[in-house]
Parts: sequence; C-alpha cells; structure tokens
Amino acid sequence: MAILMLDLTKYDSVGAALSDALGRWPDEVCLIEADREKEKSRITYKQFGEAAEPIAAALEELNFAVGDRAAIIMTNQPKWLISAYAVFFAGGVLVPLDYKLSAAEHLQLLAHSKAQILFIEYPLWRAITQSPAFVEHKLKTVLVSEAPPNADLAGAQHWEEFRGARAPEFKLRTRKDTACIVYSSGTGGHPRGCVLTHDNYLEQCAAVTPVFPFWPGARYLSIIPTNHAIDFMGGFLMPFTGGGTVVHLRTLRPEFIREAFTKYKITYMAVVPLILKNLQRGLREKFAALPPGKRKMLDALISLNRALTRGTPRPALSRVLLKDIHKAFGGGLQALLVGGAFTEPATIEFFHDIGIPIYNGYGCTEACTAITLNDLRPFRPGTVGKPVRGMEIRIAQPDADGIGEVAVRSKTVMSEYLDDPEMTAETIVNGWLMTGDLGRLDATGHLQLFGRKKNMIVTAEGKNIYPEDIENNFEGIAVKEFCVFAANYIWPQHTMTGEQLVLVLHPEPGQAVNDALVKELSRRNSQLLNYKRVAGYVVWEQDFTRNAAMKIRRPILAGQIGKQLERSAMVPL
Amino acid sequence: MKTIDQTTDEILDLAATHFKFPRAELTPSDDFYKKLAIDSLQALELLTRLENHFGVELPDYEVQGVSDFHTLATRIQARL
Repeated sequence: MAILMLDLTKYDSVGAALSDALGRWPDEVCLIEADREKEKSRITYKQFGEAAEPIAAALEELNFAVGDRAAIIMTNQPKWLISAYAVFFAGGVLVPLDYKLSAAEHLQLLAHSKAQILFIEYPLWRAITQSPAFVEHKLKTVLVSEAPPNADLAGAQHWEEFRGARAPEFKLRTRKDTACIVYSSGTGGHPRGCVLTHDNYLEQCAAVTPVFPFWPGARYLSIIPTNHAIDFMGGFLMPFTGGGTVVHLRTLRPEFIREAFTKYKITYMAVVPLILKNLQRGLREKFAALPPGKRKMLDALISLNRALTRGTPRPALSRVLLKDIHKAFGGGLQALLVGGAFTEPATIEFFHDIGIPIYNGYGCTEACTAITLNDLRPFRPGTVGKPVRGMEIRIAQPDADGIGEVAVRSKTVMSEYLDDPEMTAETIVNGWLMTGDLGRLDATGHLQLFGRKKNMIVTAEGKNIYPEDIENNFEGIAVKEFCVFAANYIWPQHTMTGEQLVLVLHPEPGQAVNDALVKELSRRNSQLLNYKRVAGYVVWEQDFTRNAAMKIRRPILAGQIGKQLERSAMVPL
Repeated sequence: MKTIDQTTDEILDLAATHFKFPRAELTPSDDFYKKLAIDSLQALELLTRLENHFGVELPDYEVQGVSDFHTLATRIQARL
C-alpha cells in the first residue's frame, strides 16, 4: 500500500498544510470523540473545515489581526483542534496551555503571553473566575465551551455561538512567522514561553512522519494533553498530513483507554512514563493472577518472543504468540510512543518482551518535539535513540567517559523564549540549543542520558519543574535565607530517575530547626501540588553566595553544599 | 441525603479497601498521595471506585488540584 502523505516542503505555514489536508481527504473520518465507553461524535475532514471556518470568520469580525495571540485551555477534544485551526486560518499565534495548571497559573501565563482571545472549557473558566487574580486579566474575548445555558460566564461568550457570517479569508504566513508560544514549564517566577515558528513545526513533522506514517484509517488515541508537544504533533499535525483519524479521550483512566484500544482499533498512542508504568502495573497484576500452569506457559512464550524480536519487531508473530495480551491492545497497534520524561529501561524492556512495539524518544519543547527516537532495529533499551532527520547532536565538554551536555542544532529549534533575551542567550549559544541534559553518544550514534546539568526536574508525567519557581511557596518562613534546588544538581548522579527537589535552609545564627518550623515547612509543602513538593530539607550554616544584585549564585552554592554535605543529610518532609 | 461527614467516612473506607491500607490510619485531612503512596493515575482508580459507590459520574478534573480526602469529599458531595 502506497502511503501518500502531504509533501510538507510545499507549505509555508501549519495552517496551509492543514487546509490542504481538509481538501485532500474530505470524506475520511478526521476526529472521533469518545466519552468513556461511548462514542460521542465523529466528523470528517470536510466537516472539520465547516466547523472551524465560521470561528475564523468570527475572529475576523473581531478584527483579530495576523500575529495576534489566542490561547486554548481545554481537555482533549475536537473543539481544541477546531479552535486551533481557526486561529491558524486567521493568521494568529496559538498559545496552548496545560489544562492541569491551577487557575492562578493560567492567569499568570495568559498575562505573560499577552493573549487577547481565550478558548476554554466551562469548569476551567469557572475556576479562573473564582481566582483572586481574575480581576487583573487583560483578555478581550473569551469563548467558553459546554457551559450550562444559564451559567454566569463573567463576561465571556458561549463557544458554540461564536460564529461569523461571511466566508473568512485565509491569512498567509511565512515559515519564519511564529505559529505557537508553548510554555515548557509551569509558572512560579519565570515562565518559559518557547516561540515556535511554522518552519519549526513543518520541519519536525516532516522528520518524524517517515518513521510513523499516517494514512486514511490509521488511528491515534489522544490522551496526553494537546498543549504538550507530543500530542500536538502526534494527535494533530501528523494525522492530518496523512488523512488519519484522531480519537479523543478526556480521561486517563486505564479501563477507558483499554476499551478505546479495542473499540477503535488504535494504530498509535503516545504516553508519558507515568501512564506506561500504570499499564505495566495492570498487566503484571493480570499475569500474577494466572494459575501456575498458565503462568509458566506465558513466561515461556514471552521468552520466545523476546528472543525472536531482539533484532527487529515482528508484530504479526508477537500477536500470534501472545494473542490474549495483544487482543487487549486492540490487535492493530503499530507503535506505543513514550516520551516527555525519562523512561526506565526495565519498563521499556517489559513491553518489548511481550511484543508491544514500544518506541522511546527524547526531546524538549525548545526543539519543538523530538530530538532522538529509537527505531527498535535492534532493540536498545539503554538509549533514547538516534537523532531524527535534520537533527545534529554534539556533546559539549565531554568528560573522560564521554559524558557532557547534549547540544542540538536543527531547523526545529525555537527562535527564542518569549520576551526573555537573557534566558534565550543562555540557552541558544552560537546556534546550538544547550539542553541542560547530560549524555553520551554510543558507538552506533545512539544517545544515552546520564542526568541533568540544569537545575530542574522532570516528573513522570513530563512536567518540567524549575526549583526557583517553587520558592515563592516558602516566602516568609522563619529562617535567615532559603532556596530550592534539584537534589541531583547538588549531588550529581548519572541517572535520570528519582529526581527530587530539596529545600536548603540557612537558619539565623544560634537558631535551631525546631518542631514549629518543620510543621510550617510541611504545611507550606502540602499546599503545593504533589509533584511540585520538596522531598526534604538540608541545613546550611553559611551565608548564601550572592552576586552584586543579591541574586543567589546557584551553581556556586550547589557546589559548596555538595562538597560539604552528603545527600543523606537531607531530612524528609 | 448524606452529610459531608458520612461521605468523607465512606471515601476513607473505600480508599482503605482499594489500596489495602489500614482504615484506622486514615484521616480526612491526610494527603492521599503521600499517605497511600499513590500517583495521579492511581488516584483516578479511586475516583472510579467512588463513582460506582456513590452512583455519580466524576470527571477526571474533579481530582485536579485536590490532594486531601476532605476536599475530595466536598467535590463529591456537590454532585450528590
């Protein structure tokens, strides 16, 4: 079967490529919305265009200008993509935000991005309007979806009624124009808005689709939030450029994911390590519940499958050998993609051994989506793969083991951090994106990761947490000074797992860290979302090294602490 | 109509059963992630259990930003 995807070299913008897709495959199913075990809706590419263009027309009537910014905060659903396409049609810049952030964080990022338009789901808007910071928002127009008919929308309009009368004009953009501003971390002191151009996205899509092609009938199950680079690419741009179908599920509950797999015969799904581990846990529980005879048989079949698929995946063979397991994955799965955070090799091995084609990769929002991908030929669990097409990698300042900072150069690298020339200059140096991750290229050109140079952690859900952003939460505690670090920044370990945050306390002279202080620290800590909490604290008796502007010189302080205190000095909170 | 205290109690019972944790050690103000040593996906499993028990649908976002049993109970109580 010939796979005829769009030739992305022909397009100057994401909107132009998407527009052509709508015309190329008008009658193919574009989006399916699943609501738990029920199918809520399905639309064709033609219907997608008919849904989006009146919204673009409404934007035009509002005098939404080319380059104006529109944000989206919605769970995974067709309205997300429809709204996004309408923004691209109208020549706008999309600001996709993570629906899981708090209302205060949403307001902070909306302000930072200077978005004038917001597309949002009712429960999320309600939370925002109840936030103390709501009164300061500068949004001009807010479109709220699925609001009850009599709800007080606090000045917003119903998304369902936001439609223009005239046929809208498609606004041309060039490759160097900004397509999206994507925040690579939450909030706190320093939002990091990656400015990504149409060129970044088109180049990234063209580099990855040869590895994961789409065709009419190919189905991607979309569960990772669509603001995340992985789902924006895998659950929007890539399927559209091949006439494929995106199946949306708003829930991450394993029982509904399992149902969707079989009901919609899913071809691809992208997950973050947390979801993968959850799937693994579920499978392990099933295996453990088997009677001993059947268990022995299963283990033997898994060993056989492992032996026969080391050199290359053999999905047809694996489906025969391990029929029941593969039935649970729908029987049509071509690839389970895992990224967003580091996945332990043992977890990847587990899935590979049972013949589930698990592809892990490495990337960051600053490089659009993917830097490296594993191709399973052969299976290399200890690496995150080879550079994708068009990606150059070098290891900066390698040590005796060849380990150094991973630097990347490619057309997919962002143009800058929004309104932050200083951070941009620190991150993109002489045309190379300094990732802040430590790695080494093995003899076959595959990348192995060995920890982080940057002072940050990434959760198993793929969220980047910058320690300085957590410090606000501890303001005013009764010590002389304090700060937060990634524990691995103070005590480097050549590992990407078990990342934690540590609070460094410098008490007043003669002050002991007493019960009252610890209680207050615990209280402040519990106010944070669980994945942002510090794991513990260490006591540091010296003044923090600061520069002339009184900013903490973090690399120096971390070095001092690492030399004088062991990791075991950390007291759990 | 259940009171909030009854709802909270039932949630603690179900959490203890589902995660095989001693019921006597759970209190309404406990951080369930920390106390039960669970992650966000396992919290969703609990949500499914609670849906089945209380007979109401609880979208995933009801547990967003919530980490203690009492707040979870108020979210559920609002739907009863």
